[in-house]
Amino acid sequence: MLSALARAQAAATGVAQPLTTVGHLHAAAAPLVCVPLALAGETLAPLAALVGTDRAAPRLLVVPQPRNRDLRFAFAAALAAEVLPYLDARRGATEDVPADRGRQVRVRYLDAPQVWVPNPGGVEFVRLLGRSLRFRRTDGEHPVPAAVPRLGCWLTFLADRAELPGSALLVAATAALGAHWATGQSAVEDAHLPALLAWIDPPEGRTGAGAAAAAEDPAVTPPAGPATDPAFDRDVLAPLVAAYDRGAPDAPGRLAAALRGQLTPAWDAVWRAYDLLAALPPGATVAARWGQDRDAFTGYAAHLDEGGLPQPRHDSAVAAAARLHRLERAAATYALQRAYDDPLVLADHRLAGEAFRGEVVLADPTRVDDSGRRPVLRPRITVRSADPLHLAPGTALCAPGRPKQRATLVSVEGRDAVLELRGGMGRGRTPEAGSVPEVGEVVTYTTLTDAFAPAPAFPAPEDTPWTHGGPPADPAGGDPRGGAEVPGDPPAGAPPEPVPAG
Amino acid sequence: MTDTVAAALARVRGPAAPVRHNARTIAALTGNPDCRRRAVLDAAGVDKTALAQYVGHPARYGQSPFAIIRGHAFEARVKADGYAALRALVAAKLPGADVAGPAVDLGDGGADNAARYARTRAVLGGDEVALADHPLLRLSVAGQHVYLEPDLVACRVAGRLHVVEVKSFPVLDGRADPAKVAAAAVQAAVYVLGLRELRAAGGADPDAVATDALLVCPRDFGHEPTVAVLDLRRQVAVLRRQLRRLARVADLLADLPADFTVDLGGEGGAPARPPGAVAAALARLAARYTPDCLAACELAYHCRAEAAGSTAALGPAVREELGGVPDVAAVLAYADGAPPADPTQAEAAAVLRRAARLRAEALAGAAVWEC
Ligand code: SF4
Repeated sequence: MLSALARAQAAATGVAQPLTTVGHLHAAAAPLVCVPLALAGETLAPLAALVGTDRAAPRLLVVPQPRNRDLRFAFAAALAAEVLPYLDARRGATEDVPADRGRQVRVRYLDAPQVWVPNPGGVEFVRLLGRSLRFRRTDGEHPVPAAVPRLGCWLTFLADRAELPGSALLVAATAALGAHWATGQSAVEDAHLPALLAWIDPPEGRTGAGAAAAAEDPAVTPPAGPATDPAFDRDVLAPLVAAYDRGAPDAPGRLAAALRGQLTPAWDAVWRAYDLLAALPPGATVAARWGQDRDAFTGYAAHLDEGGLPQPRHDSAVAAAARLHRLERAAATYALQRAYDDPLVLADHRLAGEAFRGEVVLADPTRVDDSGRRPVLRPRITVRSADPLHLAPGTALCAPGRPKQRATLVSVEGRDAVLELRGGMGRGRTPEAGSVPEVGEVVTYTTLTDAFAPAPAFPAPEDTPWTHGGPPADPAGGDPRGGAEVPGDPPAGAPPEPVPAG
Repeated sequence: MTDTVAAALARVRGPAAPVRHNARTIAALTGNPDCRRRAVLDAAGVDKTALAQYVGHPARYGQSPFAIIRGHAFEARVKADGYAALRALVAAKLPGADVAGPAVDLGDGGADNAARYARTRAVLGGDEVALADHPLLRLSVAGQHVYLEPDLVACRVAGRLHVVEVKSFPVLDGRADPAKVAAAAVQAAVYVLGLRELRAAGGADPDAVATDALLVCPRDFGHEPTVAVLDLRRQVAVLRRQLRRLARVADLLADLPADFTVDLGGEGGAPARPPGAVAAALARLAARYTPDCLAACELAYHCRAEAAGSTAALGPAVREELGGVPDVAAVLAYADGAPPADPTQAEAAAVLRRAARLRAEALAGAAVWEC
C-alpha cells in the first residue's frame, strides 16, 4: 500500500520516490558485471557479453555465428576465463564461525562473489548457460576444456541462489532498484532497466518521466538484453552475420563494434544501479545475510574441490520439498528483517494493522507470575497508540529493538494495549536495566516473528514414498548424488541466523 | 451479421482492406474484454498498427528475423516427408492412434476466404483425411464472423479432431516456460472453438473436436521435437464465456455518431486527415488501458499517453491498493487531507491520509530509530 502511494507520488512529481530508508542488499566491494545478449528464437544461443570488474574496461565476448556450436563453446571458455579467476580471487582469508551451538567451528571465506546482471532475464541466461555447460564432458566425442563444465556448475549455483530471497550473490539490477525505489510507471515498464534508471536518477535538467520516455525507444537506447531489439536484428545483425558466413574479412570487427554499441548502455546502466545501491546505508541485518551467502559460497567451493558432481537436472521429490521449505522460510525471514531494519518498511505493516507504535504509559517491570509451578518474571506494559488496534488478545508480538523478547497481547482497551513480556531480560529475578520498556519510551510491536514452524522431517532421498515417485533412480543421467541438497545451503531444519539487536 | 452493422463497420474502417485476425489477436481480445475501443476496431478489421503510427505512438513490437527463421525451420522439420515426425509424435502420445491416412494442406492458393472456408469445412467434415494443415476457420466474435488463419494442423485420431500446435519455444528438462505454455493453450482453445463452429456450420458433431490439444516443441537445446498434451477444458470454457461477454458490436456502434470513422482519409495511400482529428475520433471509443496492453495491443502507446495521470497507468494492482481512486491527482489530494469529492471514496481517502502520514513520519524519522 505504501509503495502504491509512493508510485502515485512519483507519477505526480516526475521522479522516483524511496521505498526504504536503508539499503537491504549487500553491495560487494568488487562486483563482477555481466551483460549478456542471446540470439532470438533459440533456446540458448549466446550472442555477446560485456563482462568484467572494471567499469572502464569491460571485456567484450562475441559469437559471430551463434548457431555454430564450436563458436558457442569458445564463448563459454572465454567467459570461464573471466569468471573463474574472479571467483577464485574471493577465496582468500577465512574466519571461524561457531556452529552447532558453539560445539563446533565452521570456516568461511571473508569474501564472496557478487555478479550483477541487468534484469531477471539475465539471471535466466545464467541459469540456462549453467544448465547447458555443467554436464559437458572433457573427454569423448566433443571434449571441452575442464573450465567449461566448472563454469556451468558455478553459474547453476549462482542462479539457484538467486531464487533465495535476500541473497546477494547474483543480483538483477532492475529487481534491486525496484525494491528500493518506486517509479511513476507500472511494474511492466520497470522491467526495462534504462527506463527504471531514468526515473531514479534522471539526467541533469530532465524529469524522470521525460527521460524514461526517451529511454524506451530501442533505436535510442538499446534494450538491456538478453533479448535484442528485433529492428537491430533485422537491419544490422542479420546482414553482418551473413557477411561473416560469407567470410567477409571485415565482418568480425564490424559485428564486434555493433554488439558493443548495443551492450555499452546496459553496461553503464548496471554500474549506475550498483552505485545507487552501494550509496545507501546498509540495514542492520545486511551483513548477516551476506554471511549466509559467504557460507554458501564456501560450501560450494569445497564441494567442487572435492570433485563433487554437478547439480542434478531435476530435484527429487524430497529435495524439491526441502528446497521449497527453505525458500519460504528465507522469504519470511527476509520480510521480518527488512521490517526490523527499516521504519519505512515497518510503516507498511503498521498500515496493514500488523504492527503498532505508541508510548509506554504504564510499566510493571518486576511483575511475577506465580500461578505456575514456580514463579516467573512476566513484566507488563501498557502502550498507548494512535494506530488502530485490531489485534486479538493472545496475539504474539515482537519489538524490533528487542528481538529476543516475546510479548503477548493481554487486552486492548480503546487506544491502550496491555502486553506481557517474557525473555530477553537476563537471568536475575529482576530485569536487566533497559530490557523492559520504561514509561515514556516510544515502542513498536509487530506480529512478524522469526519463530517458524520447524521443518517437517523430510525422508532421505532413498526413502521417498512411492506416492512421490519413489527413490530417485537416475535423476541426472548417472548422478548418484541424486537430489541431495545443494551443498552450501544450510540443512532444512537449521534455524535462521538470529537477528542482531540494534 | 446484418448489412447495416457490416456497412457501419466498413465505414469505421474506411476504404482500406480489413486486416485478418489470428488466434493471438482473439486471445488478446479476451485478455481485455472491457475495452470498447479494441472491440470496435478489431471487429471492423482496422489496421491498428498503421493507426498507432499515424497518431504518433507507433507500436514497438516486432519479431526478429532469427526467431522467424528458427520457427519456420522447426516447423519444416516436423512436417517434412509427409509429416513423418508429426505422425510419429502423435502416435506415441495418443496410444492406438492411427495417423497413417492422407494429409492435405489447405493453405495454398489465392482463393478468397469464403472458398477456402468451404473447402476446409468439406475436408474436416468428412473422415478420409488424417492431417489437415493450415485450415481456414471462422469464429463469431462480438457478433461478427472473423476468419482465422491458424498455424495449426488438425489431426484426426479415432474419429476425433485434435488441434496440433507447433511452437518453437523449448521444453527443457521436461519443463517449458509456463507463460509461453499458457499463451499457447489459449491460442489452441481459440482453434478448438473455431473447429467446433466449423463442424457445427457443416452439420457435423462439434463435440468431435477434442479438448486435448497436442503441443509440439523442440526438446532441450537442440532441434528434436517433443510433444505434450494440453488439457484445454478450462481454457475453452473461459474463452467461451469471455466471447459471450464481449459487448455486441452493434450496441457499441449505436453509441457512435452516424459518420464516425477512424479512416485516415486521402486517396491512393497518402493519408490526408489531420492526425489530431483521428486521435479525437479514437477518443470517442472508450479505452481501458492497463500496462498489459503494451505486450498485447498495437494501440498501447497511444492509450498509455491518453491514460497519463490515471492510476490505471500504474497497473491494476496499484490502482486497487489506492482504493480504486482513478486519478493520481485525487490520490495525492486525499493523502494531503482533502475531503473526498465522492462519498464512496471516503474510506479510501482516510486510508490514504493515514498512509501518507506514516510514510512521511518514517522518512523524516529515519535518522533517529528508537526502540
Ligand atoms: S491498448 Fe488501448 S485499444 Fe488496445 S486493448 Fe488496451 S486500451 Fe484497448
